Amino acid sequence: MTSSPHILQPASVQRVMLKVLVALTPGIAAYVWFFGAAILVQLALASVTALAAEALILRLRHKPVLLFVTDGSALVTAWLVALTFPPIAPWWLTVCGVLTAIVVAKHLYGGLGQNPFNPAMVAFCTMIVAFPQLMSQWPHVEFHSFSVQFNAIFGGLFGLQRQLDAIVMATPLDALRTVLRDPEQVATIAGILGEHATFGNIGGRGWEWVAAGYLVGGLWLIQQRIITWHIPVAFIATLAIVATAFNMINPQHFASAHFHLFTGGAMLGAFFIATDPVSGATTPLGKLIFAAGAALIMLIIRNFGAYPDGMAFAILLMNLLVPLIDMHTQPRVFGHKSPPRGGKEP
Amino acid sequence: MLELFRFPGGVKPVSHKEASAAAPITRAPLPKLLVVPFRQSATGAATIQVVAGEKVLKGQIIGVAEGAFGSAVHAPTSGLVRAIESRMLPHPSGLAAPCAVIEADGEERWVELSPLDPFDSDPEIVRAKIKDAGIVGLGGAAFPSHVKAKTVIDTLIINGAECEPWITCDDRLMRERADEIVSGAIILGRLMAAKRIFFGVEDNKPAAAAALHAAVGGMPPPSPQPLSREGRGAFHADAQTIQVISVPTLYPAGGEKQLIRVLTGIEIPYGKLGPDFGVQCFNVGTAHAVARAVQHGEPLISRIVTLAGNFARAGNFDVLIGTPIDALLALGAPLPDTDRVVMGGPMMGFTLHDTAVPVVKASNCLLAMSPALFPPPKPAMPCIRCGACTRACPVVLQPHELYWYARAKNFGKTQEYHLFDCIECGCCAYVCPSRIPLVDYYRFAKSEIRAREREKLAADLARERYEFRQFREEREKAEKAVRLAAKAAETKAKLAREEAAKVGAGETAIAGEPGNTETALAGEPGNTETASVAPVNDKLALIAAAQARAAAKKAAVAPQNTAELTPDQQAQVAEAEARRALIDAPKDSA
Amino acid sequence: MALGAVVLGAALGFAAVKFKVEGDPLVEKIDAILPQTQCGQCGYPGCKPYAQAIASGEADINCCPPGGEEGIRKLADLLGREFKELSGEHGIEKPKSVAVIDEQICIGCTLCIQACPVDAIVGAAKQMHTIIADQCTGCELCLPPCPVDCILMVPLPETLDTWKWKYPVIEIKSAHHA
Repeated sequence: MTSSPHILQPASVQRVMLKVLVALTPGIAAYVWFFGAAILVQLALASVTALAAEALILRLRHKPVLLFVTDGSALVTAWLVALTFPPIAPWWLTVCGVLTAIVVAKHLYGGLGQNPFNPAMVAFCTMIVAFPQLMSQWPHVEFHSFSVQFNAIFGGLFGLQRQLDAIVMATPLDALRTVLRDPEQVATIAGILGEHATFGNIGGRGWEWVAAGYLVGGLWLIQQRIITWHIPVAFIATLAIVATAFNMINPQHFASAHFHLFTGGAMLGAFFIATDPVSGATTPLGKLIFAAGAALIMLIIRNFGAYPDGMAFAILLMNLLVPLIDMHTQPRVFGHKSPPRGGKEP
Repeated sequence: MLELFRFPGGVKPVSHKEASAAAPITRAPLPKLLVVPFRQSATGAATIQVVAGEKVLKGQIIGVAEGAFGSAVHAPTSGLVRAIESRMLPHPSGLAAPCAVIEADGEERWVELSPLDPFDSDPEIVRAKIKDAGIVGLGGAAFPSHVKAKTVIDTLIINGAECEPWITCDDRLMRERADEIVSGAIILGRLMAAKRIFFGVEDNKPAAAAALHAAVGGMPPPSPQPLSREGRGAFHADAQTIQVISVPTLYPAGGEKQLIRVLTGIEIPYGKLGPDFGVQCFNVGTAHAVARAVQHGEPLISRIVTLAGNFARAGNFDVLIGTPIDALLALGAPLPDTDRVVMGGPMMGFTLHDTAVPVVKASNCLLAMSPALFPPPKPAMPCIRCGACTRACPVVLQPHELYWYARAKNFGKTQEYHLFDCIECGCCAYVCPSRIPLVDYYRFAKSEIRAREREKLAADLARERYEFRQFREEREKAEKAVRLAAKAAETKAKLAREEAAKVGAGETAIAGEPGNTETALAGEPGNTETASVAPVNDKLALIAAAQARAAAKKAAVAPQNTAELTPDQQAQVAEAEARRALIDAPKDSA
Repeated sequence: MALGAVVLGAALGFAAVKFKVEGDPLVEKIDAILPQTQCGQCGYPGCKPYAQAIASGEADINCCPPGGEEGIRKLADLLGREFKELSGEHGIEKPKSVAVIDEQICIGCTLCIQACPVDAIVGAAKQMHTIIADQCTGCELCLPPCPVDCILMVPLPETLDTWKWKYPVIEIKSAHHA
């Protein structure tokens, strides 16, 4: 005995996740172009770890393994972990990150659809707190030697010493923070941007192209109706407006909006992380508030915090507020005068 | 050109209307046996007017409208009432209810029909005609039309949107019988003193819209004495007041509130009705039935039913109400892999438990399904809160939140999130990438909430009656005490009088001591000493009086607890009395 | 005398309104959860007395068979207590039924009328009695007094008005292991 509706749109969780993975590829392509193939190794490593962990946990939880392993959600999480971790991070760091994301952040909370926090961001925060140094070793732009990168990732595994000096370089955000906060130097933004090899035309060198890749993929996701415009627009707009305001107050100390947008995790966050439906707000107004809040917190951490990039912390903090945001941003139901506030009409 | 409005959400499933829309309406052959349920909708009940063995004529009333929302039922053909019995209805529950089983005599002899001149009759008479003809909404809800046509409105909307995929009965009806639809619309418009009539037709049915256009153009000029009520403007049937409007094809544009929104911009919330906002909406099929009833006197005994889906010969059939669905399906030659039949469309229809059930007034479509044509859904996944449902919801609900609370049986929360605004259109489940049967959860929560409200009502009534009973028992106790006290006082007074009389007779010696022990005891109820003091003839009189009282009481015996009964309960009591009379009668004669 | 009764009745009625003891809100709340069957299976002469007993801590929350498990859950929620299984000594949860008098057998003794806590039985001495189905709570209190055993408990059949949509089947086949 079936019940209505008897027809369903050909949509599935699998298809949604697959499209997200596809949308990530332009950014990944740019990543490989500027920073070498190490990221591909990390993506593969993360994917295998995620699928294995997912299958194991599903088995332990007596859930249908095949149905869930093939839903693609673990792959999306794995890719986001890999893309937010340094590409030359040692292999075990990535593995630990993915395990944290899949086992702790996802399945301990009940699995697909139940996690209150973005799993990839939980992994990032856990690892940056536990291994701040390893999480800050980013590769030199346009340094393509795969063998050296391979050594950096798997060095420890084969008894080899990890040779990092040649390839490690401060990220633009790191550079900015270190220089600006150094009381010895009287540096200004303009000065740093001119000197440092790490800065490109609009953002971080190389990173600006990766960000552009994410932007293209993200716009495609909106066109495909996988995500709505609310979160990316609110995120980018808030970041731009607030960064510009800081920049206008003190152009010497605060970088411009385009620098912030095309550096670090901003674009990835705007289109792929803040838009995670499970841990994010779901009402239209709630999405705007959620994304604006995340952008604001991220910028504050970037400008004043101890960590170079604040994306992960910003997202997790806003994840905490999601139930409250959703509850108070209920849209007006058809024909009703006022929206249900906190689920209750006044 | 009229400005159109958008309703929120909506989906665009493939329409699949071509196959059944191509062929003209065919009259279905007269079946041997018809099963006519006395209850044609959720609200509309009818009181049975025939008995088994009775001969009926085509169109003869066999059930009269019961209660405020009831509607009349008629014999669909002439023949013999074989039985009045409980038969399974076409309903998601598969439950049975009383039906008239009529064996057709094949003569199709009509009762005498009494048409009305709709332009020269009192609105009340026209409305009574609609009621007597048993006309209900033919769009699917089967709500009695005479109830809907009660109020005065500005805008009358005739719903020809027919937004569900596969269904084409309204499309064909508009193409073939546009004149009568327009006549019916004008009758309804006059009845409700409407200032304008809009026909809403989805733009995927240009032929139907064109037919209506032609029919509106060919209408006779307005009658010299148009009906008007409450000083409202007279209704003129011309191009200004009647418009055929193409609305964008978007499911569920044919939902009453959605179509009203599209054509007028008015949003009607749950709990409000069109007339609260000056609009009312009828299906094209209903308008057609109104015209037939008023202009020809024909009650609603047939309707157009679409056969679509897994048929070799899909099409539309003019079917008598009560025709067994088995017989109807055969006309479309269902393909061998048909595994189930849905009544209604694929978005809101329900699977029939058994195809032996009859066609009812709400049966707009029979959709034959096969695993190939309608693949069974893959297993559902957890909700990922992707928001596809919220974007599709035409009522701007948060379906994923409602699902969450309904699943957890947190019914209070579902109501706070406006569960009852849900029209069960199925858009949310249609787009859900996790394939969650969302509407099932809402239907479950709604029926649980309704059941609880019924239980609560019954409990409140029981509490009230229990408390009243306690109060009554207290009162009776008190009354008894008062009665006894009064009686004692009476006796005492009588004694005193007698004493006084004795004194008057000259026996003064004892009279000086009235406070003797016997009289002092008189205060005690039921004291026999007192009586023994009184002369014997007094005592006898008292006994006689008591006997008389008892006799009177016996004669006036009446059932207890019958005060303040509802009509229903009174009916039950009356029934019981009737049974009692039956039982008593043989006893008396014996 | 009749006048006296009327006056007294009116006075009582007036007093009931005027000097109505402001009910204990907790008792009211508990009473609102109880099914109002008035069956006395809990050991108290009605739902209200049981509610009072619960409020005063004298009675436990699991003594009401007609209220069933759901009733106990609601009481537990209201009172912030742990849920308990229905105590077996008070009876078991049964499907909702109503009493029906076999009118061929009834001798009109009025004993059931006196027993009915909600005045749902109509009849008079030596006249056949009838139960108003709508008002019968299914308490079964009328069964024992009947000298001719003419009262039957009939479970309420499902009708189109009372039919409910079922809880959707668990969508993931092995989810019940979790």
